[in-house]
Amino acid sequence: MSTADYTQSDTGQDKRTRRWHILVFLLPAVIVYTAIMILPLIETLRLSLFNEVDGHSVFVGFGNFQTLFGEPRWSASFWNALRNNFVFFLIHMLVQNPIGVALAALLSVPKLRFGAFYRTALFLPTLLSFVIVGFIWKLILSPIWGVSPYLLDLVGLKSLFAPWLGRPDTALITVSLISVWQNVGIPTMLIYASMLSIPEEVLEAAECDGITGWSQFWKIKLPLILPSIGIISILTFVGNFNAFDLVYTVQGALAGPDGSTDILGTLLYRTFFGFQLQIGDKSMGATIATVMFLIILTGVCIYLFAIQRRMRRYQF
Amino acid sequence: MAKARTSPLRSGFVHLALIIYTLIALFPVFLTVINSFKDRASIFRNPLGLPDAKSFSLVGYESVLKQGDFTLYFQNSLIVTSVSIFFVLLFGAMAAFALSEYRFRGNALTGLYLALGIMIPIRLGTVAILQGMVATGLVNTLTALILVYTAQGLPLAVFILTEFMRTVSDDLKNAGRIDGLSEYSIFFRLVLPLVRPAMATVAVFTMIPIWNDLWFPLILAPSDATKTVTLGSQVFIGQFVTNWNAVLAALTLAILPVLVLYFLFSRQLIRGITSGAVK
Repeated sequence: MSTADYTQSDTGQDKRTRRWHILVFLLPAVIVYTAIMILPLIETLRLSLFNEVDGHSVFVGFGNFQTLFGEPRWSASFWNALRNNFVFFLIHMLVQNPIGVALAALLSVPKLRFGAFYRTALFLPTLLSFVIVGFIWKLILSPIWGVSPYLLDLVGLKSLFAPWLGRPDTALITVSLISVWQNVGIPTMLIYASMLSIPEEVLEAAECDGITGWSQFWKIKLPLILPSIGIISILTFVGNFNAFDLVYTVQGALAGPDGSTDILGTLLYRTFFGFQLQIGDKSMGATIATVMFLIILTGVCIYLFAIQRRMRRYQF
Repeated sequence: MAKARTSPLRSGFVHLALIIYTLIALFPVFLTVINSFKDRASIFRNPLGLPDAKSFSLVGYESVLKQGDFTLYFQNSLIVTSVSIFFVLLFGAMAAFALSEYRFRGNALTGLYLALGIMIPIRLGTVAILQGMVATGLVNTLTALILVYTAQGLPLAVFILTEFMRTVSDDLKNAGRIDGLSEYSIFFRLVLPLVRPAMATVAVFTMIPIWNDLWFPLILAPSDATKTVTLGSQVFIGQFVTNWNAVLAALTLAILPVLVLYFLFSRQLIRGITSGAVK
């Protein structure tokens, strides 16, 4: 209670003097953030409504969007990238996050030996750059080196081996799984943290009622970590829909073979910056960025208004 | 009760599962490192074998060090990352202090405005960011990268630090005020030292994406003098696709600094992540 009193007397006192220090504290962050992040974002949205005609910027309304969705060449590559991006996201949700939850559950077993070692090891791939991860896996999966056929042979599955990254039907799944391998540390650590924050009394009470082990996970822990799973899902969504680096490293800017690993990030890069024979197109780049912005915004809104509101937050 | 939780069979299963995943996580890195020390024939004949007297070779490292400008790239990455983190922490903490400490009109709105950037990736503004950097002549400078990464890191920093600063005791700050400390001294001398753990968390969250980013170095600073390690190794390894020794050596050289830093700081790092998320 004393806290509230103090704060009130504070404001009363401060009102008499001009509180410049608030402005001084806030301004650097607000200026940098506004100038480098918000204004360019707005400018990009604005640029999507303009196009270059004879070197002049001309307002074309939704013309660029008409080109993107209407012209067969553009719309084919856009829908392809969008579909691939959804598959990319789905694989992360179905593989990365469940593995993350499972690892977190294992790590939070009480009195776990070598816990620090496991945590260190599991988080290591997350620290490596996409470039390193991409090239390492490219080498490992390369049929020239033969490490993966050799390893598969050890478990008697050699016949399953194929140049996964080189085939249009398996390349996207392979790239997604590489990304999962790299990023699984993030959900693991966040869920681990939220599992640690479940108070001992709750678990003890469950044990008194005979709920232990497996059923304790499903009935007690999982409902309590649902908000964290929600946060991780939206982080995965945002991360996946602006992913670029890994695909660029593993499959190049063309996101081959035959565009089968092309996602919105690589499409934006090629469109905006140009690649080989294609000349960079600022307006279409801005248009694709705008569409990506709308997709991400929709996802975030669904999370904030539909999912997060329904989730009960437990106060301990 | 303790018995129910730690039956030997169950803990055996837990360790088995964790060891399997640890192997999956570490094996690719291990494979790269050991093979970078072998000659070409052994890389292919016996990829899983440790380098021994017969197969040991540094030919890959020789070609990398001869051609790549890795020290410069490493230096660039170090400058960009550390300066960005410094500004993210300083500006972020200042804004978080203002938001958590003072009541003023627009407080909640400012907080919300700054939090927008957590969900909306800065990459979507790339088209206009590049335009702006061209207009101000900052293309191909480390300053461009530092500015972008500072803006990118601020939203999460402000968000985490605001939550954290609310837990700092008001009595302490008011005692400081009674002793005649200015608001600035209260922030720098009393509050900042107390939120150091949260600052570590923010530093980690800020550092990883900056160090590993390929997008902005590729677009804003691709010149040879400003390449970061990530972009440098991307380009360098791309040129050597068929020289396996060089590729493996370059990869190992790119991993090593991360590995060393990680083993030095992993405890603080992971404690930071978990405590930050709990608080």
